[in-house]
Amino acid sequence: MAKPFSPKVVTANALIEGDVVYLTAQDAWTRDLAQAELLEDEAVAQDRLLFGASQTETVVGVYLADAVPGATGPEPTHFREDFRRTGPSNYFHGKQAELSDV
Amino acid sequence: MYNYNEFDAAFVAERNKQFRAQVERRVAGHLTEDEFKPLRLMNGLYLQLHAYMLRVAIPYGTLSGRQMRQLALLAEKWDKGYGHFTTRQNIQYNWPKLPDVPDMLDALAEVEMHAIQTSGNTIRNVTADHFAGAAADEVADPRPVAELLRQWSTDHPEFQFLPRKFKIAVSGSENDRAVIKAHDIGIQVVERDGEIGYRIIVGGGLGRTPMIGKVLNEFVPQAELLPYVEAVVSVWNLLGRRDNKYKARIKITVHEHGIDDIRARVDERFKAIRPTFTGIDTALFEEIKAAFAPPAFKEASTALYETAYKTDPIFRSWADTNLWAHRAPGYAIVQISLKTPGETPGDASAEQMRVMAEIAETYGHDELRISHEQNVILPHVHKSDLPAVHATLKKHGLATANIGLISDIIACPGMDYCALATARSIPIAQQIATRFDELKLEHEIGEMKIKISGCINACGHHHVGHIGILGLDRAGVENYQITLGGDATETAAIGERTGPGFSADEIIPAIERIVYAYLDLRESPEETFLAAYRRAGMAPFKEALYEKKEAYAAE
Repeated sequence: MAKPFSPKVVTANALIEGDVVYLTAQDAWTRDLAQAELLEDEAVAQDRLLFGASQTETVVGVYLADAVPGATGPEPTHFREDFRRTGPSNYFHGKQAELSDV
Repeated sequence: MYNYNEFDAAFVAERNKQFRAQVERRVAGHLTEDEFKPLRLMNGLYLQLHAYMLRVAIPYGTLSGRQMRQLALLAEKWDKGYGHFTTRQNIQYNWPKLPDVPDMLDALAEVEMHAIQTSGNTIRNVTADHFAGAAADEVADPRPVAELLRQWSTDHPEFQFLPRKFKIAVSGSENDRAVIKAHDIGIQVVERDGEIGYRIIVGGGLGRTPMIGKVLNEFVPQAELLPYVEAVVSVWNLLGRRDNKYKARIKITVHEHGIDDIRARVDERFKAIRPTFTGIDTALFEEIKAAFAPPAFKEASTALYETAYKTDPIFRSWADTNLWAHRAPGYAIVQISLKTPGETPGDASAEQMRVMAEIAETYGHDELRISHEQNVILPHVHKSDLPAVHATLKKHGLATANIGLISDIIACPGMDYCALATARSIPIAQQIATRFDELKLEHEIGEMKIKISGCINACGHHHVGHIGILGLDRAGVENYQITLGGDATETAAIGERTGPGFSADEIIPAIERIVYAYLDLRESPEETFLAAYRRAGMAPFKEALYEKKEAYAAE
C-alpha cells in the first residue's frame, strides 16, 4: 500500500531578498509559515506546487514541505523547516528578528 | 604583494559589468532561474537556507589592510555587519540581497578582489600555507606559485566545464599547514641540489569518499610546473566521470585507474603540451615572485616584549599559544583567534576587521592572512610591538589564547545557513568551546584539533580532525558521528569512526569522555591526543564512549 499523504505547504525563497516564503490560500507569498495554506490532499498539493513554481519572477526553488496543523497555523515537522521559518541559531537574524519587528 | 595589472583589472571589470546586466535581466524576468543559476554561481553567488550567500575569494589567504577594510565595508553596507571566513581561505556574506550583489562586486574590484570561480565545476581559489613568506621552516614562499596558478586558471577556456570542482593548495614547507594531501592537487615547494622544484600530490580529498593524496611526481622543475599542472587537469578533464557526480572528483579517477596509470597519462599529455609553453609562464613567474619580495624587516630591541612576557601573565599565555616562529630575527607570526568560546568559529564583525586592518597597517607591514583553520594571521610583527598589538586585540575580543587547543574548532556553517547541511555545526562548536573553557582544562589537554562538518561534504574537514564530528539527519533528528585519529598535516590520516552517533544533547558529554580517557591514558603531558591515539588505538576511547559512560560522567 502506498504511504498515506502527509500534509504539505508550498515553500520557496524570494527572488530578490532570498528569504523563505510560503504560498497562502489567497495565491500570495507570505514570510510567515502560520499564514501558509496547509494542503491535505495530494492532488491539490501538486496543483498548488505547479502554481507556485510558475511564478519564476517572484520566487526560486519551489517545493512541498511537510507540515502539520498547529494552534496558529501550519507548523514544521522537520528541524530543517523549523530553521527555515526561524533563522540561524547563532545570531538573532532572519525571520525570528524580522517577524518580531512587525 | 601582487597587484592587479591592467589585464586583471579590465577582466574583473568586464565580468562585473556582465553580471550586473545578468542580474537586471533576471529581476526583469528576461532570464529564468535555470538560465541565471549557472551565471550567478560563476560569480560566487549561492542561494542558501535563509538568504543568498556571496563567497569572495581571498587568493592564498593574503589580504592588505585596505582589502580587509573593504571586506568590513561590505559586511556593514550590504550584510548584517559581519563576515564568515571559511576553510578555503574565502569570506562568505550570509545576507546579501540579489540587486545589491553587483555593487558588492564593484566594491571588491576597487581593492583587486572578486568572487569569480568560488563556485561551479572550475578550478577554485588556490590556497596556501597561511604562514607563507614568514615561516622559519619554509623552503620558499608558496604564494608566487599560487598566484601564477590563479592567473592561469581564471577563465581558462579548457577548464570552465570540468567534471567537478577542482581545488589546489600550495605549501612552501615540509610541515604542511595547507592540508595539501586532502586537495585535488597539492603542491609542495622542495629543494634538490640547490634547485627549487615542486612535489606534486594528486587525488586527495574529503567529502563522502575521503582519500589521502598520492605523490604523482617527486620533483617538477620550476620551468615545467605550469605545463605539468595543466597536463594533470587535462587528463582528469577527459577521464573524470561525468556520469556520476559522486565519482567525478580526481580522487576517484586516481583510485579507479591507479596512480601509475595516471602518471603515464600525465607524462604523455605533458610531452604534447610542453612545447606550447614558450617561456611566457616562467617570465611571468619571475615578475610575480618579485611582487612577493619580503618587506623591509626592522632591527630593534625586543626588550619590551621580554618585559611584558615576564610581568603580564595574560600576555604570556597569549604569546605562548598564539605566536609562531618567524624567519626574521626579532619577529613573530601572530595568530588572531576567531574562536572565542561561545562565538561562531570564523566570524569577524566589521569593527573587528577594521581593527585587524589597522594593526596590520601600523605594526604588521600591511599584511594579513586568513588560515584554513578560520583564524586571521599577522605574518610579520616585530616582537617589540607585540604588547601594543595584544592590548588592542584584547579591547576588541580578539585576544583569545587558544590557537591549536580544543576550543580552536573548525566548523562549517552547517544547517544554520547551508542548504546542503544535514545538521547544525556551529552550536556544537560553541558548546564544546564553552564547556572546556568552564572546565579550565584546555591547556592541560594541549594540542587538539576538533573539526565539525554539518554534512558528508566535509567542508569542516572532520575526516582530518584529531576528533572529527559529522552531523547527520537520522530519521528527522540531528545525530553526530565521531571519528578519531584524523590528521591534516604532512602525516595526514583519515579518522576512524568510533561507532554509533550521538544526539545533539549527548555529543558534548561524549567529547568530554574521549578527552578524559585521553588524560587517563597518556604517558606524559607531552604525549598529545593524536600520539596517544596512535599508540593506544581506538579501544580505550570506544570503551569510554560506549561502555564506561558512568566512569567518565561529568563531575
